[in-house]
Amino acid sequence: MKPAQFDYADPRSVEDAVALLQQHGADAKILAGGQSLVPLLNMRLARPAVIIDVGKLRDLDYIRDDGDALVIGALTTQRSVERSELVAREHPLLAATTRYIAHPQIRNRGTFGGSIAHADPAAECPALAVALDMQITVVGPGGARVIAAADFFVTYLTTSLEQDEILTDVRVPKLTPGTGWSIQEVARRHGDFAMAGAICTLTLERGRCAAARIALFGVGAVPVRAPEAEQTIIGQEPNAALFEEAGARASAEISEPLADIHGSSEFRRHLAGVMTQRALTEAFSRAEAR
Amino acid sequence: MTAKRDVSLTVNGVAYSASVEPRMTLVDLLRGELGLTGTHVGCEHGVCGACTILLNGQAVRSCIMLAVQADGAELMTVEGLSEDGQLHPIQQAFVGQRGLQCGFCTPGFLMSVYELLQHNPAPGDDEIKEALGGELCRCTGYQSILRSVRDAAARLRGEVPAAATEGEA
Ligand SMILES: Cc1cc2nc3c(=O)[nH]c(=O)nc-3n(C[C@H](O)[C@H](O)[C@H](O)COP(=O)(O)OP(=O)(O)OC[C@H]3O[C@@H](n4cnc5c(N)ncnc54)[C@H](O)[C@@H]3O)c2cc1C
Ligand code: FES
Ligand code: FES
Repeated sequence: MKPAQFDYADPRSVEDAVALLQQHGADAKILAGGQSLVPLLNMRLARPAVIIDVGKLRDLDYIRDDGDALVIGALTTQRSVERSELVAREHPLLAATTRYIAHPQIRNRGTFGGSIAHADPAAECPALAVALDMQITVVGPGGARVIAAADFFVTYLTTSLEQDEILTDVRVPKLTPGTGWSIQEVARRHGDFAMAGAICTLTLERGRCAAARIALFGVGAVPVRAPEAEQTIIGQEPNAALFEEAGARASAEISEPLADIHGSSEFRRHLAGVMTQRALTEAFSRAEAR
Repeated sequence: MTAKRDVSLTVNGVAYSASVEPRMTLVDLLRGELGLTGTHVGCEHGVCGACTILLNGQAVRSCIMLAVQADGAELMTVEGLSEDGQLHPIQQAFVGQRGLQCGFCTPGFLMSVYELLQHNPAPGDDEIKEALGGELCRCTGYQSILRSVRDAAARLRGEVPAAATEGEA
Protein backbone atom coordinates (compact mmCIF):
# COMPACT_ATOMS: atom_id res chain seq x y z
CA MET A 1 0.00 0.00 0.00
CA LYS A 2 2.74 2.47 -0.92
CA PRO A 3 3.07 4.21 -4.27
CA ALA A 4 5.76 3.04 -6.68
CA GLN A 5 8.48 5.60 -7.38
CA PHE A 6 7.74 8.51 -9.67
CA ASP A 7 9.25 11.82 -10.64
CA TYR A 8 7.40 14.90 -9.50
CA ALA A 9 6.85 18.30 -11.10
CA ASP A 10 4.80 21.21 -9.80
CA PRO A 11 4.32 23.65 -12.68
CA ARG A 12 3.26 27.23 -11.90
CA SER A 13 1.32 27.89 -15.11
CA VAL A 14 -1.06 26.03 -17.40
CA GLU A 15 1.48 26.45 -20.23
CA ASP A 16 4.21 24.78 -18.16
CA ALA A 17 1.84 21.97 -17.23
CA VAL A 18 0.98 21.40 -20.90
CA ALA A 19 4.68 21.45 -21.85
CA LEU A 20 5.38 18.78 -19.23
CA LEU A 21 2.47 16.69 -20.52
CA GLN A 22 3.85 16.96 -24.03
CA GLN A 23 7.32 16.02 -22.87
CA HIS A 24 6.27 12.93 -20.90
CA GLY A 25 3.28 11.69 -22.87
CA ALA A 26 1.65 8.53 -21.59
CA ASP A 27 4.15 8.27 -18.71
CA ALA A 28 2.69 11.32 -16.99
CA LYS A 29 -0.41 11.78 -14.86
CA ILE A 30 -1.94 15.02 -13.61
CA LEU A 31 -2.46 15.24 -9.84
CA ALA A 32 -5.18 17.65 -8.69
CA GLY A 33 -6.89 16.98 -5.34
CA GLY A 34 -5.51 13.45 -5.33
CA GLN A 35 -8.66 11.96 -3.81
CA SER A 36 -9.01 9.44 -6.63
CA LEU A 37 -5.45 9.28 -7.91
CA VAL A 38 -3.53 8.82 -4.65
CA PRO A 39 -5.63 5.79 -3.59
CA LEU A 40 -4.82 4.32 -7.04
CA LEU A 41 -1.11 5.10 -6.51
CA ASN A 42 -1.18 3.57 -3.02
CA MET A 43 -2.69 0.38 -4.39
CA ARG A 44 -0.35 0.54 -7.38
CA LEU A 45 -3.30 0.35 -9.74
CA ALA A 46 -1.70 3.43 -11.30
CA ARG A 47 2.08 3.58 -11.77
CA PRO A 48 2.87 6.77 -13.68
CA ALA A 49 6.56 7.59 -14.14
CA VAL A 50 5.87 11.30 -13.66
CA ILE A 51 3.31 13.09 -11.51
CA ILE A 52 2.42 16.60 -12.62
CA ASP A 53 0.95 18.30 -9.56
CA VAL A 54 -1.29 21.13 -10.75
CA GLY A 55 -2.22 22.07 -7.17
CA LYS A 56 -0.18 25.27 -7.37
CA LEU A 57 -2.21 26.68 -10.28
CA ARG A 58 -4.22 28.81 -7.89
CA ASP A 59 -5.65 30.93 -10.69
CA LEU A 60 -7.75 27.90 -11.65
CA ASP A 61 -9.55 28.21 -8.29
CA TYR A 62 -12.62 30.40 -8.80
CA ILE A 63 -16.39 30.46 -9.23
CA ARG A 64 -17.59 33.19 -11.57
CA ASP A 65 -21.09 34.37 -12.45
CA ASP A 66 -21.32 34.62 -16.24
CA GLY A 67 -24.97 35.57 -16.68
CA ASP A 68 -26.77 32.44 -17.80
CA ALA A 69 -24.07 30.15 -16.37
CA LEU A 70 -21.57 29.77 -13.55
CA VAL A 71 -17.98 29.17 -14.60
CA ILE A 72 -15.94 27.03 -12.22
CA GLY A 73 -12.15 26.78 -12.34
CA ALA A 74 -10.89 23.20 -12.46
CA LEU A 75 -8.92 23.48 -9.21
CA THR A 76 -11.87 24.77 -7.16
CA THR A 77 -12.46 22.25 -4.39
CA GLN A 78 -15.77 20.43 -4.18
CA ARG A 79 -16.06 21.94 -0.68
CA SER A 80 -15.75 25.49 -2.04
CA VAL A 81 -18.55 24.78 -4.52
CA GLU A 82 -20.70 23.27 -1.78
CA ARG A 83 -20.15 26.25 0.53
CA SER A 84 -20.24 29.08 -2.02
CA GLU A 85 -22.96 31.68 -1.45
CA LEU A 86 -22.98 32.38 -5.18
CA VAL A 87 -23.70 28.72 -5.94
CA ALA A 88 -26.32 28.49 -3.18
CA ARG A 89 -28.14 31.48 -4.67
CA GLU A 90 -27.69 30.87 -8.39
CA HIS A 91 -27.49 27.11 -8.64
CA PRO A 92 -28.96 25.13 -5.74
CA LEU A 93 -28.88 21.92 -7.83
CA LEU A 94 -25.10 22.24 -8.20
CA ALA A 95 -24.71 22.80 -4.45
CA ALA A 96 -26.96 19.83 -3.65
CA THR A 97 -25.10 17.57 -6.09
CA THR A 98 -21.72 18.40 -4.55
CA ARG A 99 -22.94 17.38 -1.11
CA TYR A 100 -23.45 13.82 -2.38
CA ILE A 101 -19.73 13.45 -3.13
CA ALA A 102 -18.04 11.35 -0.46
CA HIS A 103 -17.49 13.14 2.86
CA PRO A 104 -16.41 16.65 3.92
CA GLN A 105 -12.86 15.38 4.54
CA ILE A 106 -12.65 14.26 0.88
CA ARG A 107 -14.42 17.32 -0.54
CA ASN A 108 -11.94 19.58 1.28
CA ARG A 109 -9.27 18.30 -1.15
CA GLY A 110 -11.13 16.89 -4.15
CA THR A 111 -11.52 19.32 -7.03
CA PHE A 112 -14.49 20.02 -9.26
CA GLY A 113 -12.39 19.58 -12.39
CA GLY A 114 -10.86 16.38 -11.05
CA SER A 115 -14.26 14.85 -10.50
CA ILE A 116 -15.21 15.58 -14.14
CA ALA A 117 -11.82 14.47 -15.55
CA HIS A 118 -11.80 11.25 -13.53
CA ALA A 119 -15.14 10.28 -15.16
CA ASP A 120 -16.26 7.66 -12.69
CA PRO A 121 -19.61 6.45 -14.06
CA ALA A 122 -21.08 6.39 -10.54
CA ALA A 123 -19.94 9.94 -9.74
CA GLU A 124 -22.44 12.75 -9.35
CA CYS A 125 -20.74 15.69 -11.12
CA PRO A 126 -20.28 13.93 -14.47
CA ALA A 127 -24.00 13.11 -14.43
CA LEU A 128 -24.81 16.73 -13.66
CA ALA A 129 -22.54 17.73 -16.54
CA VAL A 130 -24.59 15.54 -18.89
CA ALA A 131 -27.90 16.68 -17.43
CA LEU A 132 -27.10 20.38 -17.88
CA ASP A 133 -25.00 20.23 -21.07
CA MET A 134 -21.98 21.70 -19.31
CA GLN A 135 -19.19 23.05 -21.51
CA ILE A 136 -15.76 21.78 -20.57
CA THR A 137 -12.70 23.87 -21.48
CA VAL A 138 -9.40 22.07 -21.97
CA VAL A 139 -6.03 23.53 -22.90
CA GLY A 140 -3.38 21.74 -24.95
CA PRO A 141 -0.33 22.69 -27.01
CA GLY A 142 -2.56 24.26 -29.68
CA GLY A 143 -4.53 26.37 -27.20
CA ALA A 144 -7.99 25.99 -25.70
CA ARG A 145 -10.98 24.03 -26.99
CA VAL A 146 -14.43 23.54 -25.55
CA ILE A 147 -16.00 20.09 -25.31
CA ALA A 148 -19.71 19.52 -24.71
CA ALA A 149 -20.40 17.16 -21.83
CA ALA A 150 -22.24 14.81 -24.19
CA ASP A 151 -18.97 14.30 -26.11
CA PHE A 152 -16.65 14.30 -23.10
CA PHE A 153 -17.34 10.99 -21.36
CA VAL A 154 -16.12 8.14 -23.57
CA THR A 155 -16.26 5.11 -21.32
CA TYR A 156 -15.41 4.00 -17.79
CA LEU A 157 -12.76 6.45 -16.41
CA THR A 158 -12.03 7.63 -19.96
CA THR A 159 -12.72 11.03 -21.49
CA SER A 160 -12.02 12.79 -24.76
CA LEU A 161 -9.15 14.73 -23.11
CA GLU A 162 -5.96 14.18 -25.08
CA GLN A 163 -2.82 13.05 -23.29
CA ASP A 164 -1.32 16.54 -23.51
CA GLU A 165 -4.42 18.47 -22.45
CA ILE A 166 -5.49 19.84 -19.10
CA LEU A 167 -9.03 20.66 -18.06
CA THR A 168 -9.13 24.31 -17.00
CA ASP A 169 -12.76 25.26 -16.39
CA VAL A 170 -16.33 24.12 -16.63
CA ARG A 171 -19.31 26.24 -17.65
CA VAL A 172 -22.42 25.22 -15.73
CA PRO A 173 -25.65 26.55 -17.29
CA LYS A 174 -28.17 27.90 -14.78
CA LEU A 175 -31.72 26.58 -14.67
CA THR A 176 -34.34 28.68 -16.45
CA PRO A 177 -37.22 30.23 -14.47
CA GLY A 178 -39.99 27.78 -13.66
CA THR A 179 -37.59 24.85 -13.54
CA GLY A 180 -37.55 22.46 -10.59
CA TRP A 181 -34.73 20.00 -9.92
CA SER A 182 -33.80 16.95 -7.93
CA ILE A 183 -30.92 14.56 -7.34
CA GLN A 184 -31.64 11.09 -5.93
CA GLU A 185 -29.27 8.23 -5.32
CA VAL A 186 -28.99 4.95 -3.47
CA ALA A 187 -25.66 4.03 -1.91
CA ARG A 188 -24.77 1.31 0.58
CA ARG A 189 -23.58 3.90 3.07
CA HIS A 190 -23.93 7.66 3.14
CA GLY A 191 -21.04 9.14 1.13
CA ASP A 192 -20.34 6.03 -0.93
CA PHE A 193 -20.46 6.07 -4.70
CA ALA A 194 -24.02 5.53 -5.92
CA MET A 195 -25.33 2.09 -6.90
CA ALA A 196 -27.66 4.11 -9.10
CA GLY A 197 -28.81 7.70 -9.18
CA ALA A 198 -30.84 10.19 -11.19
CA ILE A 199 -30.64 13.94 -11.69
CA CYS A 200 -33.78 15.54 -13.13
CA THR A 201 -34.91 19.01 -14.09
CA LEU A 202 -38.47 19.83 -15.05
CA THR A 203 -39.80 23.10 -16.47
CA LEU A 204 -43.47 24.00 -16.09
CA GLU A 205 -45.38 26.33 -18.39
CA ARG A 206 -49.07 26.87 -17.75
CA GLY A 207 -49.34 23.61 -15.87
CA ARG A 208 -47.65 21.52 -18.55
CA CYS A 209 -44.16 20.13 -18.66
CA ALA A 210 -42.37 22.28 -21.23
CA ALA A 211 -38.96 20.66 -20.81
CA ALA A 212 -37.46 17.79 -18.87
CA ARG A 213 -33.99 16.35 -18.50
CA ILE A 214 -33.10 13.06 -16.91
CA ALA A 215 -29.49 11.94 -16.38
CA LEU A 216 -28.65 8.60 -14.80
CA PHE A 217 -25.44 7.52 -13.11
CA GLY A 218 -24.04 4.28 -11.76
CA VAL A 219 -25.85 2.32 -14.46
CA GLY A 220 -23.33 2.08 -17.29
CA ALA A 221 -19.87 3.01 -18.48
CA VAL A 222 -20.76 6.71 -18.66
CA PRO A 223 -23.54 8.90 -17.26
CA VAL A 224 -26.46 8.88 -19.71
CA ARG A 225 -29.59 10.84 -20.55
CA ALA A 226 -32.89 8.95 -20.75
CA PRO A 227 -34.52 10.51 -23.82
CA GLU A 228 -37.54 8.20 -24.03
CA ALA A 229 -38.41 8.85 -20.41
CA GLU A 230 -38.02 12.59 -21.05
CA GLN A 231 -40.40 12.39 -24.04
CA THR A 232 -42.95 10.58 -21.88
CA ILE A 233 -43.54 13.69 -19.82
CA ILE A 234 -42.77 16.60 -22.14
CA GLY A 235 -46.01 18.34 -23.17
CA GLN A 236 -48.01 16.52 -20.51
CA GLU A 237 -49.66 17.64 -17.30
CA PRO A 238 -47.40 16.09 -14.69
CA ASN A 239 -48.91 13.60 -12.25
CA ALA A 240 -47.86 10.58 -10.23
CA ALA A 241 -48.86 8.02 -12.87
CA LEU A 242 -46.84 9.85 -15.51
CA PHE A 243 -43.73 9.87 -13.30
CA GLU A 244 -44.14 6.16 -12.68
CA GLU A 245 -44.36 5.54 -16.42
CA ALA A 246 -41.28 7.72 -17.04
CA GLY A 247 -39.38 5.73 -14.40
CA ALA A 248 -40.33 2.47 -16.12
CA ARG A 249 -39.19 3.90 -19.48
CA ALA A 250 -35.87 5.02 -18.03
CA SER A 251 -35.31 1.63 -16.49
CA ALA A 252 -36.08 -0.09 -19.80
CA GLU A 253 -34.09 2.18 -22.10
CA ILE A 254 -30.66 2.03 -20.44
CA SER A 255 -28.25 -0.55 -21.79
CA GLU A 256 -27.02 -3.36 -19.56
CA PRO A 257 -25.98 -1.76 -16.20
CA LEU A 258 -22.66 -2.81 -14.65
CA ALA A 259 -22.90 -5.58 -12.10
CA ASP A 260 -20.50 -5.67 -9.16
CA ILE A 261 -20.44 -6.76 -5.52
CA HIS A 262 -22.71 -3.84 -4.62
CA GLY A 263 -25.55 -4.73 -6.95
CA SER A 264 -26.59 -6.91 -9.83
CA SER A 265 -27.41 -5.53 -13.24
CA GLU A 266 -31.16 -6.13 -12.74
CA PHE A 267 -31.11 -4.43 -9.35
CA ARG A 268 -29.41 -1.34 -10.78
CA ARG A 269 -31.89 -1.23 -13.63
CA HIS A 270 -34.71 -1.33 -11.09
CA LEU A 271 -33.07 1.39 -8.98
CA ALA A 272 -32.61 3.63 -12.03
CA GLY A 273 -36.38 3.59 -12.57
CA VAL A 274 -37.21 4.27 -8.94
CA MET A 275 -34.65 7.08 -8.72
CA THR A 276 -36.06 8.65 -11.89
CA GLN A 277 -39.60 8.51 -10.55
CA ARG A 278 -38.59 10.04 -7.21
CA ALA A 279 -36.45 12.74 -8.82
CA LEU A 280 -39.22 13.77 -11.23
CA THR A 281 -41.70 13.92 -8.36
CA GLU A 282 -39.44 16.18 -6.35
CA ALA A 283 -38.44 18.32 -9.35
CA PHE A 284 -42.14 18.83 -10.13
CA SER A 285 -42.94 19.97 -6.60
CA ARG A 286 -40.01 22.39 -6.71
CA ALA A 287 -41.16 23.72 -10.10
CA GLU A 288 -44.66 24.30 -8.73
CA ALA A 289 -43.23 26.16 -5.75
CA ARG A 290 -41.23 28.57 -7.92
CA MET B 1 16.11 6.75 -7.70
CA THR B 2 13.79 9.71 -8.04
CA ALA B 3 15.05 13.04 -6.77
CA LYS B 4 14.11 13.93 -3.20
CA ARG B 5 12.27 17.15 -2.49
CA ASP B 6 12.55 19.50 0.46
CA VAL B 7 9.32 20.01 2.34
CA SER B 8 8.82 22.67 5.02
CA LEU B 9 5.66 22.72 7.05
CA THR B 10 4.30 23.64 10.46
CA VAL B 11 2.72 21.00 12.64
CA ASN B 12 1.00 22.11 15.86
CA GLY B 13 2.89 25.39 15.70
CA VAL B 14 6.33 23.78 15.33
CA ALA B 15 8.25 24.26 12.08
CA TYR B 16 9.68 21.15 10.44
CA SER B 17 11.58 20.49 7.26
CA ALA B 18 12.42 17.19 5.67
CA SER B 19 13.80 15.82 2.46
CA VAL B 20 11.35 13.26 1.10
CA GLU B 21 10.74 11.07 -1.89
CA PRO B 22 7.77 12.46 -3.83
CA ARG B 23 5.90 9.18 -3.32
CA MET B 24 5.85 9.51 0.47
CA THR B 25 2.35 10.10 1.81
CA LEU B 26 1.77 12.84 4.36
CA VAL B 27 0.80 10.35 7.07
CA ASP B 28 4.09 8.51 6.58
CA LEU B 29 5.97 11.80 6.90
CA LEU B 30 4.13 12.62 10.12
CA ARG B 31 4.52 9.20 11.70
CA GLY B 32 7.75 7.89 10.24
CA GLU B 33 9.90 10.98 9.82
CA LEU B 34 8.55 13.49 12.35
CA GLY B 35 7.70 10.90 15.01
CA LEU B 36 4.12 12.17 15.40
CA THR B 37 2.46 8.80 15.79
CA GLY B 38 -0.77 10.13 17.27
CA THR B 39 -2.25 10.19 13.77
CA HIS B 40 -3.27 6.64 12.93
CA VAL B 41 -3.23 4.91 9.59
CA GLY B 42 -5.74 2.25 8.68
CA CYS B 43 -6.97 1.68 5.15
CA GLU B 44 -4.51 3.90 3.24
CA HIS B 45 -7.09 4.70 0.60
CA GLY B 46 -9.24 7.40 2.11
CA VAL B 47 -12.10 5.28 3.42
CA CYS B 48 -11.67 4.82 7.19
CA GLY B 49 -10.78 8.30 8.43
CA ALA B 50 -8.20 7.22 11.03
CA CYS B 51 -5.55 9.48 9.43
CA THR B 52 -7.68 12.66 9.40
CA ILE B 53 -5.72 15.81 10.31
CA LEU B 54 -6.25 19.52 9.81
CA LEU B 55 -4.56 21.13 6.80
CA ASN B 56 -4.78 24.90 6.97
CA GLY B 57 -7.78 24.44 9.27
CA GLN B 58 -9.63 21.89 7.13
CA ALA B 59 -10.06 18.20 7.99
CA VAL B 60 -8.35 16.07 5.32
CA ARG B 61 -7.08 12.52 4.89
CA SER B 62 -3.30 12.41 5.35
CA CYS B 63 -3.05 8.96 3.70
CA ILE B 64 -4.20 10.16 0.29
CA MET B 65 -2.10 13.28 0.19
CA LEU B 66 1.56 13.34 -0.74
CA ALA B 67 3.96 14.95 1.71
CA VAL B 68 5.19 17.22 -1.10
CA GLN B 69 1.64 18.55 -1.51
CA ALA B 70 1.78 19.83 2.08
CA ASP B 71 4.86 22.01 1.48
CA GLY B 72 4.25 25.37 3.15
CA ALA B 73 1.08 24.22 4.92
CA GLU B 74 0.00 24.55 8.53
CA LEU B 75 -1.06 21.26 10.00
CA MET B 76 -2.70 20.28 13.23
CA THR B 77 -2.69 16.73 14.52
CA VAL B 78 -4.16 15.11 17.60
CA GLU B 79 -0.95 15.93 19.50
CA GLY B 80 -1.81 19.61 19.09
CA LEU B 81 -5.13 19.42 20.94
CA SER B 82 -4.03 19.36 24.56
CA GLU B 83 -2.41 22.37 26.19
CA ASP B 84 -0.04 22.31 29.18
CA GLY B 85 -0.90 18.69 29.88
CA GLN B 86 -4.64 19.52 29.95
CA LEU B 87 -6.84 17.54 27.59
CA HIS B 88 -8.80 19.64 25.11
CA PRO B 89 -12.53 19.97 25.91
CA ILE B 90 -13.31 17.68 22.94
CA GLN B 91 -11.00 15.03 24.38
CA GLN B 92 -12.51 15.51 27.85
CA ALA B 93 -15.96 14.99 26.36
CA PHE B 94 -14.86 11.77 24.61
CA VAL B 95 -13.45 10.50 27.91
CA GLY B 96 -16.53 11.52 29.87
CA GLN B 97 -19.04 10.08 27.41
CA ARG B 98 -17.06 6.92 26.58
CA GLY B 99 -16.59 8.08 23.00
CA LEU B 100 -13.89 5.47 22.48
CA GLN B 101 -13.02 1.90 23.30
CA CYS B 102 -9.85 0.72 21.54
CA GLY B 103 -9.07 4.28 20.43
CA PHE B 104 -7.80 3.42 16.98
CA CYS B 105 -10.32 5.66 15.22
CA THR B 106 -10.22 8.42 17.85
CA PRO B 107 -7.54 10.77 16.45
CA GLY B 108 -9.48 11.05 13.19
CA PHE B 109 -12.77 11.62 14.98
CA LEU B 110 -11.26 14.30 17.22
CA MET B 111 -9.85 16.25 14.29
CA SER B 112 -13.09 16.05 12.32
CA VAL B 113 -15.05 17.17 15.38
CA TYR B 114 -12.58 20.02 15.84
CA GLU B 115 -13.26 21.27 12.32
CA LEU B 116 -17.03 20.88 12.72
CA LEU B 117 -17.19 22.82 16.00
CA GLN B 118 -15.04 25.63 14.61
CA HIS B 119 -17.71 26.33 11.99
CA ASN B 120 -20.76 25.26 13.91
CA PRO B 121 -20.74 25.62 17.69
CA ALA B 122 -24.19 24.06 18.12
CA PRO B 123 -24.58 21.29 15.51
CA GLY B 124 -27.75 19.21 15.34
CA ASP B 125 -27.46 15.43 15.23
CA ASP B 126 -27.87 15.40 11.45
CA GLU B 127 -25.01 17.85 11.07
CA ILE B 128 -22.82 15.77 13.39
CA LYS B 129 -23.59 12.64 11.36
CA GLU B 130 -22.82 14.43 8.09
CA ALA B 131 -19.47 15.64 9.46
CA LEU B 132 -18.52 12.22 10.84
CA GLY B 133 -20.04 9.91 8.21
CA GLY B 134 -16.58 9.41 6.74
CA GLU B 135 -15.03 8.30 10.05
CA LEU B 136 -15.36 4.61 10.80
CA CYS B 137 -15.40 3.09 14.29
CA ARG B 138 -15.52 -0.66 14.79
CA CYS B 139 -16.05 -0.54 18.56
CA THR B 140 -18.49 1.98 19.91
CA GLY B 141 -21.54 1.66 17.68
CA TYR B 142 -21.33 5.47 17.35
CA GLN B 143 -24.01 6.39 19.95
CA SER B 144 -21.41 7.32 22.56
CA ILE B 145 -19.54 9.31 19.92
CA LEU B 146 -22.68 11.31 19.17
CA ARG B 147 -23.07 11.99 22.90
CA SER B 148 -19.41 12.99 23.08
CA VAL B 149 -19.79 15.53 20.29
CA ARG B 150 -22.92 17.06 21.82
CA ASP B 151 -21.04 17.28 25.13
CA ALA B 152 -17.92 18.71 23.48
CA ALA B 153 -20.01 21.41 21.80
CA ALA B 154 -21.62 22.28 25.15
CA ARG B 155 -18.22 22.45 26.87
CA LEU B 156 -16.83 24.73 24.17
CA ARG B 157 -19.88 26.98 24.50
CA GLY B 158 -18.98 27.27 28.17
CA GLU B 159 -21.89 25.18 29.42
CA VAL B 160 -21.64 22.68 32.25
CA PRO B 161 -20.52 19.29 30.92
CA ALA B 162 -23.04 16.48 30.99
CA ALA B 163 -22.64 13.84 33.67
CA ALA B 164 -20.28 11.05 32.67
CA THR B 165 -22.06 8.01 31.32
CA GLU B 166 -21.68 5.06 33.63
CA GLY B 167 -21.70 1.42 32.65
CA GLU B 168 -22.90 1.81 29.07
CA ALA B 169 -21.29 0.03 26.21
C1 LIG C 1 -13.46 7.46 0.27
C2 LIG C 1 -13.79 8.20 -1.00
C3 LIG C 1 -15.11 8.29 -1.41
C4 LIG C 1 -15.43 8.96 -2.59
N1 LIG C 1 -16.75 9.06 -2.93
C5 LIG C 1 -17.09 9.76 -4.04
C6 LIG C 1 -18.46 9.92 -4.41
O1 LIG C 1 -19.37 9.46 -3.72
N2 LIG C 1 -18.73 10.61 -5.56
C7 LIG C 1 -17.73 11.15 -6.32
O2 LIG C 1 -18.03 11.77 -7.33
N3 LIG C 1 -16.45 11.02 -5.99
C8 LIG C 1 -16.10 10.35 -4.88
N4 LIG C 1 -14.77 10.23 -4.55
C9 LIG C 1 -13.74 10.78 -5.48
C10 LIG C 1 -13.51 12.28 -5.27
O3 LIG C 1 -14.66 13.00 -5.65
C11 LIG C 1 -12.34 12.81 -6.09
O4 LIG C 1 -12.04 14.05 -5.51
C12 LIG C 1 -12.57 13.03 -7.57
O5 LIG C 1 -13.03 11.86 -8.20
C13 LIG C 1 -11.27 13.40 -8.28
O6 LIG C 1 -10.91 14.73 -8.02
P1 LIG C 1 -9.46 15.07 -7.52
O7 LIG C 1 -9.31 16.54 -7.60
O8 LIG C 1 -9.24 14.46 -6.19
O9 LIG C 1 -8.55 14.44 -8.66
P2 LIG C 1 -7.26 13.51 -8.65
O10 LIG C 1 -7.44 12.35 -7.78
O11 LIG C 1 -6.07 14.35 -8.43
O12 LIG C 1 -7.26 13.06 -10.18
C14 LIG C 1 -8.19 12.12 -10.69
C15 LIG C 1 -7.96 11.90 -12.18
O13 LIG C 1 -8.34 13.05 -12.94
C16 LIG C 1 -7.22 13.59 -13.63
N5 LIG C 1 -7.31 15.05 -13.50
C17 LIG C 1 -7.60 15.74 -12.34
N6 LIG C 1 -7.65 17.06 -12.59
C18 LIG C 1 -7.40 17.22 -13.91
C19 LIG C 1 -7.34 18.37 -14.76
N7 LIG C 1 -7.55 19.62 -14.30
N8 LIG C 1 -7.09 18.16 -16.08
C20 LIG C 1 -6.89 16.90 -16.58
N9 LIG C 1 -6.95 15.80 -15.81
C21 LIG C 1 -7.19 15.94 -14.50
C22 LIG C 1 -5.99 13.00 -12.98
O14 LIG C 1 -4.93 12.88 -13.88
C23 LIG C 1 -6.50 11.65 -12.53
O15 LIG C 1 -6.47 10.73 -13.58
C24 LIG C 1 -14.41 9.55 -3.38
C25 LIG C 1 -13.08 9.46 -2.97
C26 LIG C 1 -12.76 8.79 -1.80
C27 LIG C 1 -11.32 8.68 -1.38
S1 FES D 1 -5.90 5.55 6.65
FE1 FES D 1 -6.49 7.36 5.70
S2 FES D 1 -8.60 7.13 5.46
FE2 FES D 1 -8.00 5.19 6.23
S1 FES E 1 -12.84 2.93 19.41
FE1 FES E 1 -12.10 1.16 18.41
S2 FES E 1 -12.40 1.68 16.32
FE2 FES E 1 -13.36 3.29 17.34
